[in-house]
Amino acid sequence: MITVENLVKEFGTKRAVNGVSFEVKPGEVLGFLGPNGAGKSTTMRIITGFMPATSGRVTVGGHDIVDNPLAAKRLMGYLPESAPSYSDMTVHGFLNWAAEMRGLSGAARKDAIRRVTGLCFLENVLHQSVDTLSKGYRHRTCLAQALIHDPEILILDEPTDGLDPNQKFEVRQLIRRMGEKKIIIFSTHILEEVEACCTRAIIIDRGAVVANGTPAQLKAKSELAGSVTVRVHGVGVDAVRSKLAQLGVAGKVSAQSEGNSVSARIQPRERGQGADLASAVADVVAKEGWRFDELHTEEGRLDDVFRAITKPDTAKAAA
Amino acid sequence: MGDSLVRTEQLTAMNEGFRNVWTISKRELGGYFNSPVAYVFIVIFLLLTGFFTFSLGFYHERGQASLAEPFFSWHPWLYLFLVPSVGMRLWAEERRSGTLELLLTMPIAPWQAIVGKFLASWLFLAIALALTFPVVLTTAYLGDPDNGAIISGYVGSLLLAGAYLGVTELMSAITRNQIIAFIISVVVCFLLLLCGWEPVTQFLVNHVPEGLVSLVKGMSTWHHFGTFQKGLIDLRDVVYFGSVIGFSLFTTSVVLRGVRGA
Repeated sequence: MITVENLVKEFGTKRAVNGVSFEVKPGEVLGFLGPNGAGKSTTMRIITGFMPATSGRVTVGGHDIVDNPLAAKRLMGYLPESAPSYSDMTVHGFLNWAAEMRGLSGAARKDAIRRVTGLCFLENVLHQSVDTLSKGYRHRTCLAQALIHDPEILILDEPTDGLDPNQKFEVRQLIRRMGEKKIIIFSTHILEEVEACCTRAIIIDRGAVVANGTPAQLKAKSELAGSVTVRVHGVGVDAVRSKLAQLGVAGKVSAQSEGNSVSARIQPRERGQGADLASAVADVVAKEGWRFDELHTEEGRLDDVFRAITKPDTAKAAA
Repeated sequence: MGDSLVRTEQLTAMNEGFRNVWTISKRELGGYFNSPVAYVFIVIFLLLTGFFTFSLGFYHERGQASLAEPFFSWHPWLYLFLVPSVGMRLWAEERRSGTLELLLTMPIAPWQAIVGKFLASWLFLAIALALTFPVVLTTAYLGDPDNGAIISGYVGSLLLAGAYLGVTELMSAITRNQIIAFIISVVVCFLLLLCGWEPVTQFLVNHVPEGLVSLVKGMSTWHHFGTFQKGLIDLRDVVYFGSVIGFSLFTTSVVLRGVRGA
């Protein structure tokens, strides 16, 4: 369990984190979203005990990170944003060091190194010096370090940054698999990643939490969410528009012709009527005897929500 | 029963503390020997000590089986450049490469990292110093030196290196640039040395009150190192070097706290 209460962090006069509060329970994978410079990394640095907060409180597994830092740090594995590692060491030497720092010795240490080498696909480079590795390998070396003591809690700052699409997929699988038992907080600005592996997502903008919910809940905030799209053949645009607009549950209707077919989007009159709306539209289509090849309810898109509730960097600079 | 339980817990915590210090030290020492830096350093150190002792130190011309003048008296000047070159990377490199974040989110107390790094570099300097043993053997072969003076000379030299190293570790925490850390360390160590060097104290005697002169002199590494060369291990000098090291390492911890907050 991680609790974050009213976290504030000031750098000089600039407030990087401004009253962030949330909780994460075991079995949750929390996605941390936000534009660059929103305060994601700073929040993670405070949770992991690297930085003290200006005010507010963080407890990790019941241990306050300021009053009892060692107990809290023991529970966590941390992948910092730049995925640093000691470039003069070999991958094996580095993992061995990390295991020792975590108090592992003897057979337990060997097993731990073998386990994370497998998890992070490092077998081929185990005895290479870190500074000869590509960015992807370096990143996974640091990820392996975070997993070495099989921690209850994982804090991963952009875990898929710099990986190729296959490796991204593997890391997401890994996060989802480990997330069943552990607490995982990871930051990203790849929205599909949130849908792929989070049980919950928090969007941070300018140091404050602006949205907190399951990916489905966040998507429902999208303007498109709940609207029904239908595509029919051999009918005029105006006919489609007028018939659909007569529906009691329909709000705004827009339709345009695409070659032989007409595509229409019907928004519900009130939010949350998606299911009724789709069946009402289906009834109209059946009654009129239109041929159709598409009829579905939009779930909403995370990137629409993201754009709507966070201000772009350019706007911030102007403000 | 309860008491012994508390004692056992304290012992475990202490053991863990030492183990963490050792883990840090091992990595740092490995860092020296994994790169050519260590070997280059040791070779340069030995060449310079040899050169200073046998050539500039007029070792042969003196006709005395003593190491104080020809050998140990050069160490404050040699260390002035060599110790900062060994210690400059200690924290600057961690800050530059971002590994500081990794190190300080490990379940260790910051002082363990500070002491671990210090001990690793000090041990490295001790190894380099120990490799000057041929000078001692030569002296023993040629004459009948005062073994006590040799031992106290070595102890003093090691303490002097430790004091410079403490200053360097502190300067290394201040910046993420190793070169800057090196330059500031050299300057600070030079000032510490200079304020007890005779030409300077002679100058001061004529210009400032006597009390101030002895205070400035008392702060100098030169002054305290001198006693060891005479063959004396005086507790006051040991305390002095210990204080410089302790103060530097404590200030390093304060600086690092600031680095993490900003």
